[in-house]
Amino acid sequence: MNIDSIQNGVVLDHIQAGKSMDIYKSLHLDQLDCSVAIIKNVRSGRMGKKDIIKIDSPLEVDVDVLGYIDDKITVNIIRDGQRVEKRRLEPPKKLVNIIRCKNPRCITVAEPQLDSIFLLSDPERHVYRCAYCDTAKGKKNF
Amino acid sequence: MPRNIIDITDLSVEEIGELIATAEDIIKDPARYQSACAHKQLATLFFEPSTRTRLSFESAMLALGGSVLGFSEAASSSTAKGETVGDTVHTVSCYADIIAMRHPKEGAPYAAAQFSEAPIINAGDGGHNHPTQTLTDLLTIHREKGRLDGFTIGFCGDLKFGRTVHSLVNALSRYDNINFVLISPQELKLPRYVKEEALKKRGIPYQQTDSLDSVIPDLDILYMTRVQKERFFNEEDYLRLKDSYILTPEKLVPAKADLSILHPLPRVNEISVAVDRDPRAAYWKQVKNGKFIRMALIMKLLDIRV
Repeated sequence: MNIDSIQNGVVLDHIQAGKSMDIYKSLHLDQLDCSVAIIKNVRSGRMGKKDIIKIDSPLEVDVDVLGYIDDKITVNIIRDGQRVEKRRLEPPKKLVNIIRCKNPRCITVAEPQLDSIFLLSDPERHVYRCAYCDTAKGKKNF
Repeated sequence: MPRNIIDITDLSVEEIGELIATAEDIIKDPARYQSACAHKQLATLFFEPSTRTRLSFESAMLALGGSVLGFSEAASSSTAKGETVGDTVHTVSCYADIIAMRHPKEGAPYAAAQFSEAPIINAGDGGHNHPTQTLTDLLTIHREKGRLDGFTIGFCGDLKFGRTVHSLVNALSRYDNINFVLISPQELKLPRYVKEEALKKRGIPYQQTDSLDSVIPDLDILYMTRVQKERFFNEEDYLRLKDSYILTPEKLVPAKADLSILHPLPRVNEISVAVDRDPRAAYWKQVKNGKFIRMALIMKLLDIRV
């Protein structure tokens, strides 16, 4: 299977197999005008199988969103057909307006115009807590 | 940026020690503090009813020579017209030097702090936190026991929605050699996040039980709480659980002679009135202490020293 290489854009590599569509939606890639290739179930020595997303546009990827969904993803920046940067992700310490609190007693549910703020409380278990009410949210609930 | 007290952990252990020392000094010599906050204004914004907390804040500010404005129910503010917490607090912070607010929604004071030009004190947010009650509890424990470490404390009743319990467990988890005994029905156990953040993360052991009788002889402090009708979505659940624990003189027979019984009040029937005459009952002293520690906190946040 041949997919054209990109000249100026972003390649998201080491996506857990089957998760590429979640990332496509979360990064709102459907709103882009450029070519976007979603490659599923690519053989990987390290992961067995993985997904890859190629975006043919030099956009700034929201690394907080990606780091929250899966911090194993690598972000490759391509310029003039060459990889100029490889970014490794880590779970962001703070998420602003990425996820919403589901606690019906939380003020952000009653007043949804407030910024939704979650803070990383347990990096090992990838647990975030609502800064307002302390309700926990793990990445599996994304 | 003003200094806010949203959660008890917004204050360090050292700062809590300083507040307790100031409160002790106020108790000894209140006249020295009677003009400390002259020309300063405290706004009490109570979107939910309160007797002790609101009046103790107001009494504290008046005793410091300051003045007070505010409202005691959401219906008498622009909230009734649909105004957001942020806009209400932003408005009030233009008039007052410091704000104490209570709100039924969890995290409302955290939201308010984003819009306020004046320091915000959380005076209770839903079933979440109540840091100034915790300061009151800590001052009471310090006055009763002479220390804030090395004792066994039992929390009894509604540990799920009991915001005073959440804040006090958080606060005490920073002191040494405290044994936590959590006494509640299954449905009203301490929330997992409080256990994880305050106790498990710090490796602090705790015991959970539904039997007050079996643990009462071990306790140095018994912190009773009310099963709060206003926190239940379902009245049937409230009726089933409301009489889970009722402390009577008979139940106190096997307890230690120097036990201290605390309760944030109001009570309904979980402590019988006969217990009030027991010298181990410390909850009326606790009410008084609430005023003195709030005087100390107001002065600290306004950066006033006497």
